[in-house]
Amino acid sequence: MAEIDLAQNASLRQLIGVVREAAANKTALRISGGGTKDFLGGPLQGDVLDTRQLSGISSYEPTELVITARGGTPLADVEEVLAAKGQCLAFEPPRFEDGERGASTVGGMVAAGLAGPARVSQGAVRDFVLGATLLNGRAEVLSFGGQVMKNVAGYDISRLLAGSMGVLGVICEVSLKVLPVAPATLTLRFDMDQPSALRRLNEWAGQPLPLNASAWWEGTLVLRLRGAQAAVSSAAQKLGGEVIPNELANAFWNGLRDQRDEFFTNAQAALAQGATLWRFSVAATAPKLALNGAQQLIEWGGAQRWVVSDAKPEQMHAAAAEARGHASVFRGRQHGSEAFAPLSAPLLRIHRQTLQAFDPAGVFNPQRLHPALS
Amino acid sequence: MSDVATPPAAAPSPPRPAPSAGERAARQAQVVAALQAVLPAHALLWHSEDTTPYECDGLTAYRERPLVVALPETDAQVAAVLKVCHRLQVPVVARGAGTGLSGGAMPNAMGVTLGLAKFNHILKLDKYSRTAVVQCGVRNLAISEAAAPLGLYYAPDPSSQIACTIGGNVAENSGGVHCLKYGLTLHNVLGVRGYTVEGEAVEFGGDALDVPGLDLMTVLVGSEGMLAVVTEVTVKLTPKPQIARCIMASFDDVRRAGDAVANIIAAGIIPAGLEMMDKPMTAAVEDYVHAGYDLTAEAILLCESDGTPEEVEEEIGRMMDVLAGSGATRMEVSGNEAQRMKFWSGRKNAFPASGRISPDYMCMDSTIPRKRLADILLAIAEMEQKYQLRCCNVFHAGDGNLHPLILFDAADPDQLHRCELFGADILETSVAMGGTVTGEHGVGVEKLSSMCVQFSPEEREQMMALKYAFDPAGLLNPGKVIPTLHRCAEYGKMHVKKGLLPFPQLERF
Repeated sequence: MAEIDLAQNASLRQLIGVVREAAANKTALRISGGGTKDFLGGPLQGDVLDTRQLSGISSYEPTELVITARGGTPLADVEEVLAAKGQCLAFEPPRFEDGERGASTVGGMVAAGLAGPARVSQGAVRDFVLGATLLNGRAEVLSFGGQVMKNVAGYDISRLLAGSMGVLGVICEVSLKVLPVAPATLTLRFDMDQPSALRRLNEWAGQPLPLNASAWWEGTLVLRLRGAQAAVSSAAQKLGGEVIPNELANAFWNGLRDQRDEFFTNAQAALAQGATLWRFSVAATAPKLALNGAQQLIEWGGAQRWVVSDAKPEQMHAAAAEARGHASVFRGRQHGSEAFAPLSAPLLRIHRQTLQAFDPAGVFNPQRLHPALS
Repeated sequence: MSDVATPPAAAPSPPRPAPSAGERAARQAQVVAALQAVLPAHALLWHSEDTTPYECDGLTAYRERPLVVALPETDAQVAAVLKVCHRLQVPVVARGAGTGLSGGAMPNAMGVTLGLAKFNHILKLDKYSRTAVVQCGVRNLAISEAAAPLGLYYAPDPSSQIACTIGGNVAENSGGVHCLKYGLTLHNVLGVRGYTVEGEAVEFGGDALDVPGLDLMTVLVGSEGMLAVVTEVTVKLTPKPQIARCIMASFDDVRRAGDAVANIIAAGIIPAGLEMMDKPMTAAVEDYVHAGYDLTAEAILLCESDGTPEEVEEEIGRMMDVLAGSGATRMEVSGNEAQRMKFWSGRKNAFPASGRISPDYMCMDSTIPRKRLADILLAIAEMEQKYQLRCCNVFHAGDGNLHPLILFDAADPDQLHRCELFGADILETSVAMGGTVTGEHGVGVEKLSSMCVQFSPEEREQMMALKYAFDPAGLLNPGKVIPTLHRCAEYGKMHVKKGLLPFPQLERF
């Protein structure tokens, strides 16, 4: 564990003061790192609480497969340190650089809970969070979890922070499980319509194959194999398809991961014309969504589907429910309740009481996680 | 937020005096009468000869007789029992197979034990979606057995998998010998259905990979029955690897064995399993299973690779190079499935083998950073002298998860007392090394005091507040996992701030 330098400490002290004052006055705080994901979730409210002053990698031990970093640490810094030791964040969080105040941070990565193409095989952000230090709404600094792989001492509050959109508090520090970069990667391309792609993806996923990521768009299915050299080679032989040269493939997967590939670029253009980019999280086996004419990109073996459409939100939510999942506005003009899937009555009650338990004055990112929570 | 329930004030208060026999009998009559209206006669037990089998779980040193045992057979009955208990404000302790090792299912003297063993049906098994929908009382191993014809299995494999139920696995976030590569229960469960403390149906997770709002599954899994009652679980099934092979490596020094574990990880290998046994443990299991373990070794590592035949051959070669380079004195690779199972037989039978060489044993479960494996083993050896008790050690070495088995005779109160001190010493030493008091067995009642050492009062209060968010009246498995301020004050040991960001200079407000 690195020494805690005084400047760092002063930063935290200052944040504690800000939170205490906001709680006393019941004024909203908008927790923000680089501000790269301001587009995501409910409306932005309150004064910015800038986490970037809590920055730096606290400890990294490759043989422990754990890295610990302050919440405001640029994600790029973490990835650079890991790459130097042949390790990585296996869930491939998106890296945005166009924020109001800079690039994606580790705290924002955890709070947003977004994961990239490998999520389906490797797990989500929450699966890699081992521990966290939180500044809650009572201005208390609390640590949960730890730096070890297995830990059931008390409720696993550190993992609850993944995808919480900051409503439980400021993520001051987080410990993440890291993994070695696999020795071999190979990308295959197939011409296939959507129903066939969905069927094949689900069938392949039931076999012991080193499937790591998939993407289907406009009649093309792209599949990434990753693992031991021998496993990747034998799977490629078995699956067929056209091998895409690694350099080209890497550019594609990175573009998909960081949402700047052709589909997302087109989506941005459509957004400017008033369309909306919806994210569908559904059962991987659900058939093609009943949405006519909408542009669709399918990831995660069928479990994540991106849809560009100007259809009414009710239609989106109905299609998602039919596919045994939920839909939400990812980028678009809607930020109210129509942009989110509703919570069931008991879950809404538990959510409200959970927020109350962490942030009694309702200071942090009100309505950002879900407009029904205020 | 005026519609939100205010959690009860959690001021340090001494425990309430135990109710008198008369009070207990009156309460029992009241609860039995109310439950008779919602359960068939055979599903309700309250005479002591019937409730005695429920007085403890796998942690037999702690016992309590439940007020009533309810054994519902349908979801509607579970809901009805919870509604009755909520109306009468009776504590509810859910229970699966009772194999837990930390007293998580220990009854409440004034509460209902909700036995869910009758929920033992596999509702759906689907190759195409690689999922199984099972009732909470289905045994862990039964899922893998049922999925085997589909070429699939349920990855988490706690040593008690032949008996433990999936509902209990969810409650404890159970691991097993393969979780370094395949994850814990949380990573292998997609959704759960069950009931809130009020008896209202609720669903966490689902068929998609994420949910709107908070990912409450992260806290529900591992919550030891304190947040909701789970009756149905959708688990992820994993394609069975084509083959698995295991290396058994001997070391003449525990430090070299510990270093070998770190070296394997440093080489970029994530073994399917990586386990360690010390010399006394090896002797105990060899006597029990006759697997041909090296009795002269100070430590034995079991190191497994799974996947395609080519992949396994490649990985076994790399692992053997690392083990040899780390000073292994003897290595043997399983040549077939029977031999691989034989290698594992001792490891999987470590607990019963300990039961044969001692009247009683207490199993610890702390986790430490892998690099401290040898340090903790040496520290435990010193503790054996200090407390004058023997200890055998098995470790999920790949995860840094320790299972020291302290041997003692519970008939001797002094031995039990020394054993408890020994156990607490191991846990607190683990916390001081940057670890945690429990890796997979849970806190239950056993490790309540050690939680005072691992967490600050504010952290424990935050956990308690989260519990009240799910269960405002605190009726679900009360008194487990989170120690009261009063208990910690009596325990008198300081909170040791290790691991994450300590901010040691900061005053706490």
